[in-house]
Amino acid sequence: MKMTPILRRARAGLLAGVAATALVVSGSVAMAETIRWARVTDALTMDPHSQNEGPTHTLNHHIYETLVGRDDDGTLTPRLATQWGISEEDETVWVFTIRDGVKFHDGSDMTVEDVVFSLDRARTPPSGMAALHAAVEEVTAVDESTVHVRMAGPAPLYVQNLTNTFIMSKAWAEANGVEAAPNFAAGEEAYSVRNTNGTGPYRLVERDPEVRTVLQVFEDHWDDAPAVTEIIYTPISEAATRVAALLSGEVDIVQDVPVQDIARLEQTDGIRVVRGPENRNIFFSYDMSSETLASSDAATNPFAEPLVREAMALALDRNAIRQVVMRGESQPSAAPLPPFVNGWTEEMDAFGDPDLARARELMEEAGFADGFSVRLDCPNDRYLNDESICQALVGMMAQIGIRVDLNAQTRSLHFPLIENWETDFYLLGWGVPTFDSQYVFDFLVHTREGSYGSFNGSRYSNPELDAKIEALATMTDLEERDALIAEIWAEVMDERIFLNVHNQVLAYAMRDSISLDVHPENQPRMTTVSFD
Amino acid sequence: MIAFILRRLLQSVMVMLTVALVAFALFRFVGDPVASMVGQETTLAERAEIREALGLNDPFPVQFVKFIARAVQGDFGISYRLQQPVMELILSRLPATLELALVSGVLAFAFGVGFGVYTALRRGNWLSGTIMTVSLIGVSLPTFLIGVLLIWVFAVELQWLPSFGRGEVVQVGNWWRTGLLTESGRASLILPAITLGLYQMTLIMRLVRAEMLEVLRTDYIKFARARGLSNRAVHFGHALKNTLVPVITITGLQMGSIIAFSIITETVFQWPGVGALFINSVRFVDVPVMAAYLMLIALVFVVINLIVDLLYYAVDPRLRVDRANARS
Amino acid sequence: MTDFTPEDRPNAFARAWDSDIAWSFRHSPLAIVAAAVSLLIIAAAIFAPWLAPHDPFNPASLNLMDGFTPPMQPNQFTGNVYWLGTDNQGRDVFSTILYGARISLFVGFMAVLFAMVLGITLGLIAGYRGGWIDSLLMRIADVQLTFPAILLALLIFGVARGFIPPSMRDAMAIWVLIVAIGLSEWVNYARVVRGAAMVEKSKEYVQAARVIGVHPARILIRHILPNVMGPVLVIATIGLALAIIAEATLSFLGVGVPSTQPSLGTLIRIGQGFLFSGEWWILLFPSLTLLALALSVNLLGDWLRDALNPRLR
Repeated sequence: MKMTPILRRARAGLLAGVAATALVVSGSVAMAETIRWARVTDALTMDPHSQNEGPTHTLNHHIYETLVGRDDDGTLTPRLATQWGISEEDETVWVFTIRDGVKFHDGSDMTVEDVVFSLDRARTPPSGMAALHAAVEEVTAVDESTVHVRMAGPAPLYVQNLTNTFIMSKAWAEANGVEAAPNFAAGEEAYSVRNTNGTGPYRLVERDPEVRTVLQVFEDHWDDAPAVTEIIYTPISEAATRVAALLSGEVDIVQDVPVQDIARLEQTDGIRVVRGPENRNIFFSYDMSSETLASSDAATNPFAEPLVREAMALALDRNAIRQVVMRGESQPSAAPLPPFVNGWTEEMDAFGDPDLARARELMEEAGFADGFSVRLDCPNDRYLNDESICQALVGMMAQIGIRVDLNAQTRSLHFPLIENWETDFYLLGWGVPTFDSQYVFDFLVHTREGSYGSFNGSRYSNPELDAKIEALATMTDLEERDALIAEIWAEVMDERIFLNVHNQVLAYAMRDSISLDVHPENQPRMTTVSFD
Repeated sequence: MIAFILRRLLQSVMVMLTVALVAFALFRFVGDPVASMVGQETTLAERAEIREALGLNDPFPVQFVKFIARAVQGDFGISYRLQQPVMELILSRLPATLELALVSGVLAFAFGVGFGVYTALRRGNWLSGTIMTVSLIGVSLPTFLIGVLLIWVFAVELQWLPSFGRGEVVQVGNWWRTGLLTESGRASLILPAITLGLYQMTLIMRLVRAEMLEVLRTDYIKFARARGLSNRAVHFGHALKNTLVPVITITGLQMGSIIAFSIITETVFQWPGVGALFINSVRFVDVPVMAAYLMLIALVFVVINLIVDLLYYAVDPRLRVDRANARS
Repeated sequence: MTDFTPEDRPNAFARAWDSDIAWSFRHSPLAIVAAAVSLLIIAAAIFAPWLAPHDPFNPASLNLMDGFTPPMQPNQFTGNVYWLGTDNQGRDVFSTILYGARISLFVGFMAVLFAMVLGITLGLIAGYRGGWIDSLLMRIADVQLTFPAILLALLIFGVARGFIPPSMRDAMAIWVLIVAIGLSEWVNYARVVRGAAMVEKSKEYVQAARVIGVHPARILIRHILPNVMGPVLVIATIGLALAIIAEATLSFLGVGVPSTQPSLGTLIRIGQGFLFSGEWWILLFPSLTLLALALSVNLLGDWLRDALNPRLR
């Protein structure tokens, strides 16, 4: 797709003209519509690359855009890139065709230079996105609409890592001294933390962190104008207050609805609740490699005994957790990956009814007839009803003689326990932003070494499996690759590295004149809102 | 006089340093700030680098001295969480807390004195008995529950008042954003102010009542009555006037704890003040914000204390040795 | 909060106890009701293991499917009936309240005891010795007042987390609460006792005792302490209510006893999550219990304060 600059500008002008007419024609529909949107936490920063964190990306997706987007069903969609693929000449090179006629909020045109600059900024520490681009060797603009990304080796899934990497203006970044992602240690505030210049459908007009953020529609956006013209975004940390704000009509959309309030909200006139599966799985895992456990009275490590792991799986009543703790708002599952992730099969996710008699037999067979004690570490402010799930497990484990001592605490204290191998038994939730099993293996199954296994709290280590996992990264024959994934999963499930509970189900509650679908990564886009 | 002021100032500085040490010592142990700053993909080596860059590996005394040196200049660094200068963050949130504290303080004072006088004068009357008992409910339920119940009744069921936030705010000067000038701002203030002020109101009411009862029994009042002054003149002209000095002192000293207790009220009502900022910072282990907040509370308290000391000194030099009895 | 000073009532406590106090109590219906309610709840808490139909702290006895059973109605899955219903974990609300009150009261009493012992000791020393010890202790009291119980508990919890290994945290949590709440209350005792000590030490009998070589500790305990027992008792009563409420408030901020062994405050925190969803019993019953307990203890404190102050009678 080669065009002279003049022609391209002409086309852009023509498009803008068409958009303008569309606005005039549908003037009655495109009235100013404000959405007041509340959720539990605020974005940490407006900088597009500083943090790899859900709420931050969610808000930034309205202001900045990525090369590729992702549909509600997980498939990739064109955004700032119109086409992408692996180069036919060199299988280590990804080729992106960049959209024409895209403007930044300051009125300047977006060019391939901006794309190259943004990808380089995102992959250079202290950017929080660097790990997703670790395999990138070089980003170059080959002509005015094509960008090449050369990888260290074949990387068939690299494009999956781009759905949260935003494109920013090189000139703007240089003018404001934010060529690199902000550094915590620098001791001063970076301009990009509260100021933005993206290409997205909305402009940032007011930013008061943790209080109020106001966005207004960007008139020169390349895509169709959204129905929502103004967004007022308010974090409300207390669950009861958040629900009250919707019930009293002070907000229009509540994103993090407590599961127990869903039924009440559904029965309330004028309020609608939508649900959908989230790309996040909740599971327990345990130290299965150490000789002994620090928090246990057992002489040997009971989790190292396969029979004990099997007994625990038999004692776990997933349906009871769904029914009572989650009020029916979850998908019980046996495998630690959501169904829409590549590598999932129905068989691996199936589980039978709990069987306490059999579980007790297994405990006895394993030499733990009298059970054992162990501490369970659990976050209490990270996942839906996380502490209650752990509490329920304490009761279930007590049935087979495992005396669990629950240690529930805030996420900033919980996660280091897993990263530093200071927990014997823990709860973890895992999302798969790449929609591919390799992401799970890299972080949770591979032996902890280098960038691998940083959340492998089970201390599981299997060199053969490691080799297979490493091979996945560079395999280009997708069929062969899928077969290898299935092979790895068979081993992982057989070893019972994870005691899986369920996939989270998301619920958004809103005024019933509004329609908004649940986004699998919990990143709703206000551009998709429609009014009845 | 100068020697007294100097000694008091020196003591205040010592208090501030102690608070700084306590606050700072704590932050070495509350969670791992790096874990809350980075994403799940960050490698262990990268974490170690960040830790080094933040100076978290320096010896304790070195970190503390650096901290004090910068704190004196009002520099508490950058919030790990919000990546903004901490001082600016706190200054931008302070007006919300001060307005809330002030309004609830005034409410508590007005109703506390009113009820206190009434229950003292009409002792044994059923209404004053009721007031005494009902006011105790305010201190017999945890603040968060009172807040949630108020939201439920007045925001959800009756829909009279807003459930969260500050409403519309107006910029006054460079630093102050006020909610007092808009209707939604004033409406938003009511529920949080009641929640926060209830406890102090009960406290003041009981104090006024007790002081009134004491004063009414003194010879001074008996003489006033004997001189044929009206009840009204005796009660309000003489008795109440004598009661108010300790009451005002204690109300003043309570301002510091109102600001601290606003942590809960602000959390329940999503009130954008320093208390909510503090508790969110605790959750994310945002050390610089936590340190600055504690120092701020200490500063407010030390300043109020100093003012009270000086006032006492000015009013009655005999009291300078010991004002413990007057305020305990 | 002490609006009377010891010198107002020399030996009021000793003189009043036998006759006046008892008389006052008999003639105050409110005090009788308050005492009855407090004693009832305290007794129920002490005998919880014998009174409660279930042991909510024993996870093996819980059935998750019993969760959210309404009061006096059979559970839809298990058919079990509970007087006051069950909570989100299938725990019997009635039993949980009894066990929860046990924990709340334990924290309350121990915190009061800790504050009392610390406050009285430091107050006696400060008042009797005077000089630099006195001004040092009073400065410490000033710093102490800078940190209300909530901040103090957050601080102590933070520090304790650094020292206490995770396996012991649950067991230690309750002691950390006691220390935190106790530390924020000791100043009240110290101030009163210090005042009394300052007054008494200049009296002739104390001087005389000193001259004949009686040990100061003996003077303090035998002669000065009894004079302040009245106000100390009032502070302690109100302090008990304060401590129970403080514990509840702290549980809201996520600082407190583990949710597997909930106190009344923890139960209320859990219950308020169900305010809008229709499971009113999870919030209502623990709240009423806490209210009844704190209110009656406060009323008792009130009555005691008035009764001990002869001029108010």
